[in-house]
Amino acid sequence: MLSSHANLITKFWLGLAGLGIMALAGCAPAPSALAPASDHAALIANLFFILFAIAVVVFVVVEALLFYAVMRFRRKKADEIPEQVHGNPKFEIAWTAVPAIVLAIIFVLTWQTLNALAAVPADAVKIQVTGHQWWWQVEYPDLGVVTANEIHLPLNQAAAFTLQAADVIHSFWVPELGGKMDLIPGHSNRMWIRPTQIGAYHGQCAEFCGTSHANMRLAVVVETTEQFNAWVAQQKSPAAAPTTDLAKRGAEEITKAGCQACHTINGTTAQGKVGPNLTHVASRKQIAAGLLDFDADNVRLWISDPPAIKPGATMPKLPLTPDQLDALAAYLTTLK
Amino acid sequence: MTTHVATLPARHREYAGLLSWLATVDHKKIGLMYIAASTFFLLIGGLEAMVIRTQLAQSNLKLVNPELYNQIFTMHGTTMVFLAVMPFMAGLGNYIVPLLIGARDMAYPRLNALGLWLLILSGIFLNASFFLGGAPAAGWFGYAPLTSMQYSNTPGIDFWIWGLELLGISSITASINFVVTILWMRAPGLKINRLPIFVWTNLTTAFLILFAMPSVAAALFLLYLDRHWGTFFFNAAGGGDPLLWQHLFWFFGHPEVYIMILPAMGIVSEVLPVFARKPLFGYSAVAYSSVAIGFIGFTVWAHHMFAVGMPPAINAAFALASMVIAVPTAIKIFNWIATLWGGSINLKTPLLFAVGFIALFIVGGLSGIFLATVPVDFQVTDTYFVVGHLHYVLFGGSIFGIVAGIYYWFPKMTGRMMDERWGVAHFILQFVGMNLAFFPMHIVGVVGMPRRIYTYGANLGWDTANLIETIGAYTIAISMLIFLFNLFMSWRNGAIAGDDPWDGNTLEWATSSPPPAHNFDAIPVVKGRRPLWDIKHGGQKMETATEAHVAHLPPPSFMPLILAIGLTVMMVGLIFGAIPLVIGLVLFGAGIAGWINQPAA
Repeated sequence: MLSSHANLITKFWLGLAGLGIMALAGCAPAPSALAPASDHAALIANLFFILFAIAVVVFVVVEALLFYAVMRFRRKKADEIPEQVHGNPKFEIAWTAVPAIVLAIIFVLTWQTLNALAAVPADAVKIQVTGHQWWWQVEYPDLGVVTANEIHLPLNQAAAFTLQAADVIHSFWVPELGGKMDLIPGHSNRMWIRPTQIGAYHGQCAEFCGTSHANMRLAVVVETTEQFNAWVAQQKSPAAAPTTDLAKRGAEEITKAGCQACHTINGTTAQGKVGPNLTHVASRKQIAAGLLDFDADNVRLWISDPPAIKPGATMPKLPLTPDQLDALAAYLTTLK
Repeated sequence: MTTHVATLPARHREYAGLLSWLATVDHKKIGLMYIAASTFFLLIGGLEAMVIRTQLAQSNLKLVNPELYNQIFTMHGTTMVFLAVMPFMAGLGNYIVPLLIGARDMAYPRLNALGLWLLILSGIFLNASFFLGGAPAAGWFGYAPLTSMQYSNTPGIDFWIWGLELLGISSITASINFVVTILWMRAPGLKINRLPIFVWTNLTTAFLILFAMPSVAAALFLLYLDRHWGTFFFNAAGGGDPLLWQHLFWFFGHPEVYIMILPAMGIVSEVLPVFARKPLFGYSAVAYSSVAIGFIGFTVWAHHMFAVGMPPAINAAFALASMVIAVPTAIKIFNWIATLWGGSINLKTPLLFAVGFIALFIVGGLSGIFLATVPVDFQVTDTYFVVGHLHYVLFGGSIFGIVAGIYYWFPKMTGRMMDERWGVAHFILQFVGMNLAFFPMHIVGVVGMPRRIYTYGANLGWDTANLIETIGAYTIAISMLIFLFNLFMSWRNGAIAGDDPWDGNTLEWATSSPPPAHNFDAIPVVKGRRPLWDIKHGGQKMETATEAHVAHLPPPSFMPLILAIGLTVMMVGLIFGAIPLVIGLVLFGAGIAGWINQPAA
């Protein structure tokens, strides 16, 4: 673990870098790796600021030497011949040794942090994430929850992720919560985080995965243990039955239009496994892997022509009438 | 101006005009064509960069659709690495190395021409994919299984496979030539520990290419088998492993970074002593640190793969090697500054770009340490932080080095000086533009922007940084237009340079500008690291090897061109079917037969 004086350095640079980033980012709340909301991200941010401090000192000293040399030793007379110095072993040993020592220190810090990040706590909530072109399948195997594109985590409890890929390589990344881990076909990777702040965090696929790589986004919601337990209970319940006539027709359209071939809605005949589980799709804040906010208009927009919203999407544009679209949107928005 | 003894009467036909270029085996003409081709491809890669930067200037812009965007960023990387930076280095090396070592030509003149033609043809081949079903769109390192037929079913990846195979042949032939030339064709007295650093770095680079290229060449062939013959090398469903691709690719890919930077370091090591009128500080340390970088460069490849799930001990081992390689790099930077220290600095454009190289490379080196620190890499890998880092190294480093080399050796190549005022304007715009374009990338990467996304949301706080980057990119574009204008105008109307306009240290300045076909009337004898300095300022006399008054040049040949066309048409056949394959095979065979039956001298 990192020492306390490292934390002092951290606070100093955090302020400085924060100012710079705010200025550049126009004060919008960017998902910053340096605003950690977990133990995991905090360890990395600490190490980042130590490196940043070293880098600033090296940068200033070396660039100043370079700039001074060029300015100070300008040619004054066309025929002037300076002293012919070929080298100096003392200096050369010094500027070999100093970088070597600094790098050795950085390596020790790297090793310590790496081991701290590797030890998965036994009491962690287990979550299995599978990357698809271009959405995230999320399962809580011990809790019996299957959802997509929105991960809920209880505050201050470790969460252990098992990461797999269904097609090509993806990379799981939620900057405020931790570093990346790749999802690779044929491999099963692990990482863990312990969120320390309540909030909703932006994540995104970080390994180029084809046409809509840019559109493979993810939300992580960190909430109190009570809220999390309530969320789990709700996710485990079967799908809400439609109440309005329009929504009832929508439920029938799920079968008629073919949605059930790819999607599961627990408690109905829809049991497809190709696309995201829709049992509680209306409980999610967004649809289409973070591209649109969840509301009836956007749901209608999305199902009317998915590849127009997410180029290359496997979900086809179906020949649906406006009436069918209304009914489907009405039904899906009831699936809280 | 030096007057030349007549060369021996030619025992072979000479061609004039265009044919003289197509059949040439002269390292200087080949070097110039390498440089011209690289400049052309640099402009294509630059146009692609402008499309990328325009699309990303603000959130949710739609200049190009994602399919085209992904092709463009893939071709931008592929073009800049393989068709611009590498051949620029090969071109400068080709022109300058034989002059630096007092040789009449490269060891294998026809092989040299083959490398050039393969470069030009593979560049055309790769770019033709835009019009023949779509360019490759899986990034310049083409991770499996995205490159498999299942996920990339256009011919783009096949163009990429065979284009890179052709380029591999091209760079391997060039490297064999550099190794043999440098080891066997040095002027009398030019011992290894007197070699100019540019020669040292070219020698190291040539070995790097020889050992690194086979790895990617094999990987590309396995990928072809996976795509077309149903093998499973990279397919997990069939028992293969996508990570195998990453290991094979990066075993080449990281040495490739040094392949692109070492010759630029060599150029800087030539320019600084001349413009400071001092010997290179710590010559041995600079030379051996290049060799050290060459060796250690083969032990760091998996630092591109820290997030693939390797055990901490493996990640730490590659982190350690990556930090070790920072030491010889730091040594070089301090030696360069010490070379300037106490000198008599002539602040002309070649020096400006060489100093710019050092200033920017420091930033690229420091950001590299962030990437070598595994936990920090977990956050910044695959983000714009990496894009910023690699552009400080490859644009701030390689391109600034190349431009320094061009300003420095242009008078030798053309006999004319480049315009200094346009040169300074070019430098200022390129330096400012470069920092505007690439520095904010570090920040926007740390605050969450992944690389290779064709668009981003408005609510993420990335707009301002991206707008600055785009303004920087356009500034670079303007600086490049000034550079081209300066090159053209100076080539036509520049001041006459004379043999030695910079008060140079090395042998290329001991012959005329441009040099005659046979380079030197008599091969000089070398007695130190700065043979020309010792004559001009040290009171030594120019001595020549007496037997070398006879200049004996190899005959021109079309066979390298025919062979290269044959190979390229064969590659077309591997994508489009038997007819071009057969035509290519016939041309290839004819090229080889003609080559064998033609006298080499």
